[in-house]
Amino acid sequence: MKKNSAPSHSALAKSPTGIRGLDEITLGGLPRGRPTLVCGRAGCGKTLFAVEFLVHGAIDYDDPGVFIAFEETEEDLTKNVASLGYDLADLSRRKKLTIDYIRVERSEIEETGEYDLEGLFVRLGHAIDSIGAKRVVLDTIEAIFSGFQNTNILRAELRRLFRWLKDKGVTAVITAEQGDGTLTRHGLEEYVSDCVILLDHRVRDQISTRRLRVVKYRGSSHGTNEYPFLIDEQGISVLPITSLGLEHKAASERVSTGIESLDQMLGGKGYYRGTSILISGTAGTGKTSIAAHFVDAACRRGERCIYFSSEESPAQVTRNLRSIGLDLEPWMKKGLLHFDATRPNFHGLEMHLLRVQKLIDQIKPSITVFDPLSGYLTLGDSLEVKSMLTRLLDSLKGRQITSIFNTLLEGDHSELQSELGVSSLMDSWILLRNIEHNGERNRGLYILKARGIAHSNQIREFIFTDRGIELKDVYAGAEGVLTGSARAAQEAREKAAAQLRREAIERKKRELERKRQALDSQIVALRAQFETEAEEIKKEIALETSREQALQMDRVQMAQLRSGNGGSKPRRERNGKGA
Amino acid sequence: MAVTKATKTSPTKSDKWILRLYVAGQTPKCIAAFANLKKICAEYLDGQCQIEIIDLLENPQLARGDQIIAIPTLVRNLPQPVRKIIGDLSNTERVLVGLDLRSRT
Repeated sequence: MKKNSAPSHSALAKSPTGIRGLDEITLGGLPRGRPTLVCGRAGCGKTLFAVEFLVHGAIDYDDPGVFIAFEETEEDLTKNVASLGYDLADLSRRKKLTIDYIRVERSEIEETGEYDLEGLFVRLGHAIDSIGAKRVVLDTIEAIFSGFQNTNILRAELRRLFRWLKDKGVTAVITAEQGDGTLTRHGLEEYVSDCVILLDHRVRDQISTRRLRVVKYRGSSHGTNEYPFLIDEQGISVLPITSLGLEHKAASERVSTGIESLDQMLGGKGYYRGTSILISGTAGTGKTSIAAHFVDAACRRGERCIYFSSEESPAQVTRNLRSIGLDLEPWMKKGLLHFDATRPNFHGLEMHLLRVQKLIDQIKPSITVFDPLSGYLTLGDSLEVKSMLTRLLDSLKGRQITSIFNTLLEGDHSELQSELGVSSLMDSWILLRNIEHNGERNRGLYILKARGIAHSNQIREFIFTDRGIELKDVYAGAEGVLTGSARAAQEAREKAAAQLRREAIERKKRELERKRQALDSQIVALRAQFETEAEEIKKEIALETSREQALQMDRVQMAQLRSGNGGSKPRRERNGKGA
Repeated sequence: MAVTKATKTSPTKSDKWILRLYVAGQTPKCIAAFANLKKICAEYLDGQCQIEIIDLLENPQLARGDQIIAIPTLVRNLPQPVRKIIGDLSNTERVLVGLDLRSRT
């Protein structure tokens, strides 16, 4: 037999039930070797609880078990739990489980004096010994109260029975019907006092909720709250969501929003991983689209996502998103995106939360979207809703899941009305607004808060294109804040003015160029003129020079001639030399 | 108390009563039950009965067949319908009612 490793601080040995969540609440399971009373009204899941205790014991913990049924025959019981995938017949063949149906029929019985219930002891003892059982279920032992008249004998015998079970060292689960104002109709809690678990199935506003509470657990600490539990095709699951603390890690990794311009607004990188983002806005402001962009980006990175849609069917959401160029269907086919479309009021708040938890446990997504959260509002008073959301958020953060919550705002002036009072639980809050101006409605987006992120304080205009969402800077100038066509018109006006200004500049530039060219050509002409004149002057200078030389020579000749050698040239020359 | 035979369901002489007494060991209650049964058999059934004693301590698996819980239990399998009379059979009147020898009042 596999020993259950009980926590070291607890001296009490425990038998794990194998029921998801219960072993956490009870810190290990039911008290080993002692009887546990499971009580509740009809249909609250007592028998299933008992069956799971035995089946998990037989399969997972190698503890053979005995099921003493007072209400159902072996065949019925086997058939009933077959839908949960438990094959009791096979377990019986493998000597892991014995079912003994004890029929108590008042009309057949005549009491004629002193008797005891030794027959029950014998049968039980035989069943336990035949397979070496470690676990016993008595479901529902109170049935014997209807079969016998002498309650004094019955009470004495029950007391003996529970003591005997303890002596046998078996871990027993005894189921009992809840009475009015008492835990059990026949006061069994008087005899079985080691551990009492109360199952409750209540219906409020036509919504059923199952809850489990450990009323007492002698010698052990345990969770004391009422824990919601689910019965589905996998049996009972209790999720002790309230036991989570504020100990989640804070990742410094950032994840893109899927919208580049929104990433820019969030310090250029997007959200922090593992945080919660509230997107609130009035009807038709594009909450779903923002969430879908995020999902699309995550799937592109190969991360798993769950989209909890509480108002629209998956087909409707995907069709609508295709109109802005987002196709989520391939991701669904690839198994990266899981759509869960259920109205929360179909299950009730607690049940819905449980389903969400189970799905998250199963799929292990890195991103979840709740669209819209407003659907949960109708399910209970705000305190309940808030506590549920707190638990949901804690568990999401504990798993480092980045989650987007969309909420619908009623009316346009409620931007500061803290949505369900949950905004304080959220790490980031993106607000989408309708901006009505000039007879048209435009969408505006701004970031109200983003913990730990240097985020933009600007309102951006939010435009749907067939390639997704685009964020545009709104026009904020002398004319005030303008959006939509007014922004476009203003922009056009400014563009025209700018064009005019540009043209004027061009014109001036051209004029300048022209002037420069004119000047240049003038300069060229003047230079040409100057050069011609210079040529002329040079020529004149040359002429004058030659004339000067000629004159010089003439003067020499004259002088020679005057020196007396007149008549003959040579003389004149000689004279000239001598002069 | 004078006890007369009930006429309606009284077995004819040819009928054989088959009575099974379930006990668990030699407890005072079981011994008393056996003694009382023998007396009733002799007095009211003309000894036309076959008593079978089953000790569940020896054959615990037999408790299942007749759905025995209380000890001692007297089971009348024949004639039909099945009747279970529990206790030490000290209340003869109730035993006779249980055996359908006396109509219920």
